[in-house]
Amino acid sequence: MSAHIVLFKIVMLCYLTASILYLVAVVSRRVKSGILARWVLLGGAIVHLMSLVARFVQLGHTPVTTLNESLSFFAWCLVLIFLIFDLRYRLAVLGAFSSVLALMTMLGSGFAPKAVEPLNPALNSWWFPLHVTLAFLGNAAFAMAFAAGVMYLLQDRMLKSKRFSPLYYRLPSLDTLDNINYRALSFGFPLMTLGIISGAAWAESVWGTYWSWDPKETWALLTWFVYAALLHGRLSIGWRGRRAALFAIIGFACLVFTFLGVNLLLGGQHTFDALLGTP
Amino acid sequence: MKMLVLGLSHKTAPVEIREKVAFSPTAMAEPLRQMLALDAVNEGIIVSTCNRVELYAVSREPDRALLQLKHFLAEYHAVLYEHLEEHLYNYVGEDAIRHVLRVAASLDSMVIGEPQILGQIKTAYGYASEFKTAGLILNRFMHKAFSVAKRVRTETAIASNAVSVSFAAVELARKIFDHLEDKTVMLIGAGEMCELAAKHFINCGVAEVMVTNRTFARAEKLAAEFHGRAVAFENFRDQLHRVDIVLSSTGAPDYVLEASKLAEVIKLRRNKPMFLIDIAVPRDIEPKANKIDNIYLYDVDDLQGVVQSNLKERHKEAAKAEAIIDVEIAQFYRWLSTLEVKPTIVALRNKLEDLRQAEVQKTLSSLGADDKTTKAIENLTRALVNKILHQPTSLLKDAQNLPDGEVYIDAVRMLFALPAPAADEEDEQA
Repeated sequence: MSAHIVLFKIVMLCYLTASILYLVAVVSRRVKSGILARWVLLGGAIVHLMSLVARFVQLGHTPVTTLNESLSFFAWCLVLIFLIFDLRYRLAVLGAFSSVLALMTMLGSGFAPKAVEPLNPALNSWWFPLHVTLAFLGNAAFAMAFAAGVMYLLQDRMLKSKRFSPLYYRLPSLDTLDNINYRALSFGFPLMTLGIISGAAWAESVWGTYWSWDPKETWALLTWFVYAALLHGRLSIGWRGRRAALFAIIGFACLVFTFLGVNLLLGGQHTFDALLGTP
Repeated sequence: MKMLVLGLSHKTAPVEIREKVAFSPTAMAEPLRQMLALDAVNEGIIVSTCNRVELYAVSREPDRALLQLKHFLAEYHAVLYEHLEEHLYNYVGEDAIRHVLRVAASLDSMVIGEPQILGQIKTAYGYASEFKTAGLILNRFMHKAFSVAKRVRTETAIASNAVSVSFAAVELARKIFDHLEDKTVMLIGAGEMCELAAKHFINCGVAEVMVTNRTFARAEKLAAEFHGRAVAFENFRDQLHRVDIVLSSTGAPDYVLEASKLAEVIKLRRNKPMFLIDIAVPRDIEPKANKIDNIYLYDVDDLQGVVQSNLKERHKEAAKAEAIIDVEIAQFYRWLSTLEVKPTIVALRNKLEDLRQAEVQKTLSSLGADDKTTKAIENLTRALVNKILHQPTSLLKDAQNLPDGEVYIDAVRMLFALPAPAADEEDEQA
């Protein structure tokens, strides 16, 4: 247990350092700071993976049954997806967004209740880790699309109004941002789709029904439709730029609600209480 | 030894004065020779560009040297000293070092961050080395100045944003399209600025250039020049959907392109963005077009505005450059202050005395000697140290009067690994 806490603290420290370095890289346009940040973040992700594996071995199931565990796992997915995107784009602004979001998610995880309680037998299935991993990786990819979308809107507005704030010099080109949006979508959408399918398969194996319209499922489906509309618009009607950016932002808002809002505000079998078998 | 700078620049002197005291870049031997002939000047470099004329020198008597340099500048160019004096500035010691570093890093230029000045200073230094007027200090210092200028260039974004309208257009295109290699440019009409911008775009490797003009022959001529394709003015609107970047500067009194037409074009392009640059006055492209999604329309004033905000950004980066320079000055100044004779002799004596005492202690404690022996050993070692130090010390004292005396001081510091004086000592000497 204590080893787990030490690892957790190392991860937090890495993400904090990476956040600061990336912010320095963005604000003062220092390239070296961004390079250093990438390595620190990679180090953090490796330690984080070790802690997740350790936790998996300790618990005997994928550690996503409590809010703090799933936040921590999501933070790791986010960092992983960012590092993959970073291979191609090398953008300090995206790094700053990802590392700060990962750090905040980890902080949330640290404050969330940690009680380890007896497990709902429903979790004792290989569908469960598959479902959660696919869904989380998809969410992380959509977070990239969201970040690119916000940056696109800002940059587009500056280029249209011809009033350049210091941000103008620090954001990449519209084309790059639109590209990230598209790539994130083409990563995220299949992952999300498979996540939903595997979730349905899991539900069938446990409850005997593929779909039970619990609030999380409904919201997930709604989110899926938003992204499906965006993908369709992109591929067949030539949507791009501002509209694609807006859709990515709306989609992510739905996603955050599906992920947190439903769990905290609405009920259903996806809540952590239900997962733990305590009413 | 002090660094000093005497000069005038676009900030202090009008071009009428600057052109009178400019040195011909092809005949630097004579002025450099005359400058070094001044008895208070030990080393010298002359930098002469269209925006500044500056003399860099090293001297033990900075006040006298400055006076001599001022008269040299006036007499060499046969200008009345009284006319010149009000335009001159001068810096001594740390201020002189800072000034040269700022000039080399292009912080003192008319357009901050412009790249030519460093090359010009390098050329000036080249002449000084060729005619051997730069000695130990200026050699070391100029290399320092070059490395500082390089650091400023790589570590700050001081030179990264365009400060000319035509380059600003290219940079804007990059902010929209990212890379230009697969883009098509269309020139509507002809105009100097338009052609200049087109050349920049071609240098950036755009895939295709189309030219259209009311006079087809002109379009053909320009197209040949740019290895592009001429399009009849009547038909150019049908080609627009294939064009990513439009440069327009016709003399037409009305709009050549209406917003409604562009809305159609963008639909045809499946929303692929278009960058329109309207350099004409009166304008060629209906301003309303900028409101259409994925169309970015810039007129001359907009581009000027971009240049202004780029300049502002450069000024912000300049603050970072000043911080880099501050650090480098401290380093160089520390080295320069080690080249003083008296502290070097003191440091050398202290070093040998420390060594002597340590060795004597070691020997005495193992020997367990009586008073007499102790005294003898003390005397012996002290005499030895004095004998060893006699020649170097007297040479160092003479070095003050030799033209390249600092070479000896630097050598002694290196041979005996003498530490640089502490900060408070430096202040004393300054």
